[in-house]
Amino acid sequence: MRLDTDPYLSRYADRARDLAASEIRALFAVVNRPEIVSFAGGMPDTAAMDLGAVAELTAEVVRDHGHTALQYGGGQGREELREQLVEVMARGGAPATPDELLVTVGGQQGLELVAKCFVDPGDVVLAEGPTYVGGVGALSSHQADLRHVPMDAEGMRTDLLEEALAVLKREGRRAKYVYTIPNHQNPGGVSLSEERRVHLAELAEEHDLLLLEDGAYSLLDFEGHVGMSLRSLVPDRVVYVGTMSKTFAPGVRTGWIAAPTPVRERLVVLREAADLCPGNLTQLVVERWLTTQPWEAQVKEYRALYAEKARTMLDALEAEMPAEVAWTRPSGGMFVWLTVPRGIDTSALLAKAIVNRVAYVPGRGFFGDGQGGDALRLCFSYASVERIREGVGRLAELLQGELALLRDVFGADAPELAGRRDEPGITGGGQGGGGTSRDPGPGWGVA
Amino acid sequence: MSTSPHVAVLTGGMSLEREVSLRSGTRIATALTEGGLAVERIDVDRDLVARLGAGGYDLAVLALHGAAGEDGTVQSVLDLLGLPFSGSDALASALAWNKPIAQGVYAAAGVRVPDRIVLSQLAFRELGASAVVDRVAETLGLPLVVKPSTGGSSLGLSVVTTAAELPAAIVAALSYAEAALIERFVPGTEVAVTVLDGRALPAVEIVPKGDRYDFAARYTAGRTDFHVPARLDDAAAAACEAAALAAGAAAGARHLYRADLIVDADGAPWLLEIDTCPGMTETSLAPMAAEAAGVAFPDLCRTLVDLAVRDRAAA
Repeated sequence: MRLDTDPYLSRYADRARDLAASEIRALFAVVNRPEIVSFAGGMPDTAAMDLGAVAELTAEVVRDHGHTALQYGGGQGREELREQLVEVMARGGAPATPDELLVTVGGQQGLELVAKCFVDPGDVVLAEGPTYVGGVGALSSHQADLRHVPMDAEGMRTDLLEEALAVLKREGRRAKYVYTIPNHQNPGGVSLSEERRVHLAELAEEHDLLLLEDGAYSLLDFEGHVGMSLRSLVPDRVVYVGTMSKTFAPGVRTGWIAAPTPVRERLVVLREAADLCPGNLTQLVVERWLTTQPWEAQVKEYRALYAEKARTMLDALEAEMPAEVAWTRPSGGMFVWLTVPRGIDTSALLAKAIVNRVAYVPGRGFFGDGQGGDALRLCFSYASVERIREGVGRLAELLQGELALLRDVFGADAPELAGRRDEPGITGGGQGGGGTSRDPGPGWGVA
Repeated sequence: MSTSPHVAVLTGGMSLEREVSLRSGTRIATALTEGGLAVERIDVDRDLVARLGAGGYDLAVLALHGAAGEDGTVQSVLDLLGLPFSGSDALASALAWNKPIAQGVYAAAGVRVPDRIVLSQLAFRELGASAVVDRVAETLGLPLVVKPSTGGSSLGLSVVTTAAELPAAIVAALSYAEAALIERFVPGTEVAVTVLDGRALPAVEIVPKGDRYDFAARYTAGRTDFHVPARLDDAAAAACEAAALAAGAAAGARHLYRADLIVDADGAPWLLEIDTCPGMTETSLAPMAAEAAGVAFPDLCRTLVDLAVRDRAAA
């Protein structure tokens, strides 16, 4: 007798049929245990929040606006909130009008809706390599042909983008859009230089490109520097996705899209099909937060806190890491991208890391094409300064041990052991060694 | 003991197979609760001994996979606490956990196991074993299966078809254990024989839809076809049963265990390993075999409880 463990298999859509259990996802089940110093989840340090103030304004929302808060709302999101979000965008140097905005359930829904709006199966989308794991997830669930453009310390190599566009042209195809996180990129930790922003805007004009600008970390520069927004350069060519997750709290699941009107209108219809409307309760909480609380002071506090944590992590990396390991030096945001010799498979190594009580996100999840086996992402925003030192120490010890093992297995001069510090890009992007190429996917607090 | 014992289902823990263990544990706890037993699910951590001591439990059902749960560690602690538990005792667990040692024991008991070589981290670090890696392929032939010497769920397992792939596969396996077990790849039909209280249940045949029965194939419903009973002729089926029982007896396994085998083109079974705490998830093999033998999942769980009581350590 043949046993059918999934009698629904023949019914699934193409986009769901190949979804599979993943070793990395399974390992993440251990990562959240307190014994482990986790640099995995891209979580803000909500310990820095004034919970009393949030409790009070939430109570006010229910008490004074309960019937609105507990009722359905419009698909575009509350106008009063959109007016406030326009102000938040303005602080990040991105102009918009309330009518161009659509309130979403976190930035992630924004990325998903944009993919749903523009991507047919097989359509090409270009993105930084590595790029945000949730962005990869949104695109792969719409079966995009995701192609990566390498980065260096100044962000996306726009010269290589130009080459990629030329290749597409020769193939008689075009990119549906270019996804970029210009400020303190997740996971790269680097920002797009002003020169390249201008170049990117020029390329957009020249090649009739649409840009998807993800502004998640725009307000998290340690010095308070505000990068030039692509939306300020070529507004008609930019769909902008923003989020309150990094400047307020991810638990309110509030983000937004700012898009040219025809696009915005379609996005509203698509969103209504998905979830009707954003929750009024959380919209009102965010609205109140932005109107009655010193939210910019809170952002400033996050910035100072993350600056200290980043410094701690970078100092610890400098002091402890073997010479073969390279990493980026963020001036904002939440992440450091670490590149290891090619003989190390960071997906396989995660098991050993967990046994050594430290966790990270393996690099493959940040690519749509299996690259990244020789890299990993560290988040510095959540762990305490003491835990950061402890965790980096454990990770360094682990990598030392692994390199010693590689020397023993491959021989001291093997190319698998070559150091990565002299390479121009932020990652070599090698295919990695072992047989565990699994995408952790969003979820598990990996955002 | 009263007719309705107070059961602790041990699950989770810090193991790399934590997620699978949580799935097994939740499923067992639900089945026992619906069967009318007083059940608590305990996520194993540093408080385990204190919790078990204070909880007034009559016995523990183990749904632990991976180190600490399956290697004899928790079994020793339960012995000290005088708490009966389901599954193999500490010694049998520790023995079966170490695949290379266990295979030697199975071979000595007359069970056919694949030719194999074990290379530990120590061998590379202190003995310069890299100089003999080339000989592995010469000695065993290709393709080869490389896996961690301990652990389950196919974590860290790879199949290599060229000698050049071997070092990377060894390094990947060493991420999960101190030693890599390198076996000759035996082509054939993949079969699992579950043994419940000394009785072999119908063999389950595993036909992954992809290349191999890896983690995704194991835990994604629909990724693997299972045939129960396995499509073997009577002689091969009997040989599989005999191998599973002989290996289990050699290891001293008891209550419920699962033997993983390959049946080659000549109908001869090759024993790969014995799992003394087999998975109990929706896609797991032991519950499938029990179902085919007419033992529904709740009855299987209840049997584990009864066996733990019957074989309490104090006896």
